Amino acid sequence: MKVRIIVRFKDTVLDPQGQAVRNALHTLGYTSVKDVRQGKFFEIELNKIDPGQAEKIVQEMADKVLANPIIEKYNWEIIEA
Amino acid sequence: MKFGVVVFPGSNCDYDAYHVLKNVISQETVFLWHKDRDLQNVDCLVLPGGFSYGDYLRSGAIARFSPIMSEVKKFAATGGLIIGICNGFQILLEAGLLPGAMLRNKNLKFLCQHVWVKIENNQTAFSNSGQMGQVLKIPIAHFDGNYYAPPRVLAELEKNKQIVFRYCNENGNLTEEANVNGSANHIAGLINREGNILGMMPHPERASEKILGSEDGKVIFNSIINYLEKKAVISPLPSLIETF
Repeated sequence: MKVRIIVRFKDTVLDPQGQAVRNALHTLGYTSVKDVRQGKFFEIELNKIDPGQAEKIVQEMADKVLANPIIEKYNWEIIEA
Repeated sequence: MKFGVVVFPGSNCDYDAYHVLKNVISQETVFLWHKDRDLQNVDCLVLPGGFSYGDYLRSGAIARFSPIMSEVKKFAATGGLIIGICNGFQILLEAGLLPGAMLRNKNLKFLCQHVWVKIENNQTAFSNSGQMGQVLKIPIAHFDGNYYAPPRVLAELEKNKQIVFRYCNENGNLTEEANVNGSANHIAGLINREGNILGMMPHPERASEKILGSEDGKVIFNSIINYLEKKAVISPLPSLIETF
């Protein structure tokens, strides 16, 4: 089983790297870009387990290690059963 | 007094801290490897600067799971003194021993320069040999030193006088330019509610000898010794109503 976890800053936290990317895009002429938020992406391969158990451990891993809950939020999905 | 400098893979200020404590401040000092479980009865632990585990994931995020950290937490819970410098501060934040988190510097640059910080509370184990409002010249060297905490936590830190150092200019003014990394409320160093753990981004161990351009860092080490030798009486932090 494969899961994909996306970690990003909470909306209330400034993302200066995202802003720098936005400015670079503007410089390149992509003036329709309104805002950029950047984050991290993890692809985790798990041994075959049922989806309920996967949910439990993925959330646990994200809360404990992959994201810092003070500044970040995450979402995840199963990409390969 | 006995100091223990914790060495993580990627620590690079461990020898500087060891040198200052042993040769400049003349205290018994030992290195503690991150896999150690024995803290060798030290009076104060130093979590030094560097790039533990290559700063992978987030600065300090992996070091927090080192075997020694469970001992560090026990030591903290019994009131042991801990000072985390730079990456050591980041590790303390990730471990939840201090509140808040670090973001990338506001200008997205690695900053390596002398800065000035002002003593905001000299009634702590780490600042009692300094004067209130005293301006210290101490260098920083970090990418992620932009301190962040939610407004409610910042208000608690202010109320409880947990902010020990703030970035300021040479004259002690809290100007925006002086807050080089963009830290919330200019926070350069703070203590936990119990007052036995300090985290600070500036490197006092790099500013403890005249030849290095400043001896102001000694204020911090001398304060720790004063406190441990009970020469300094510290008034307790204001009572706490809310918990983080």
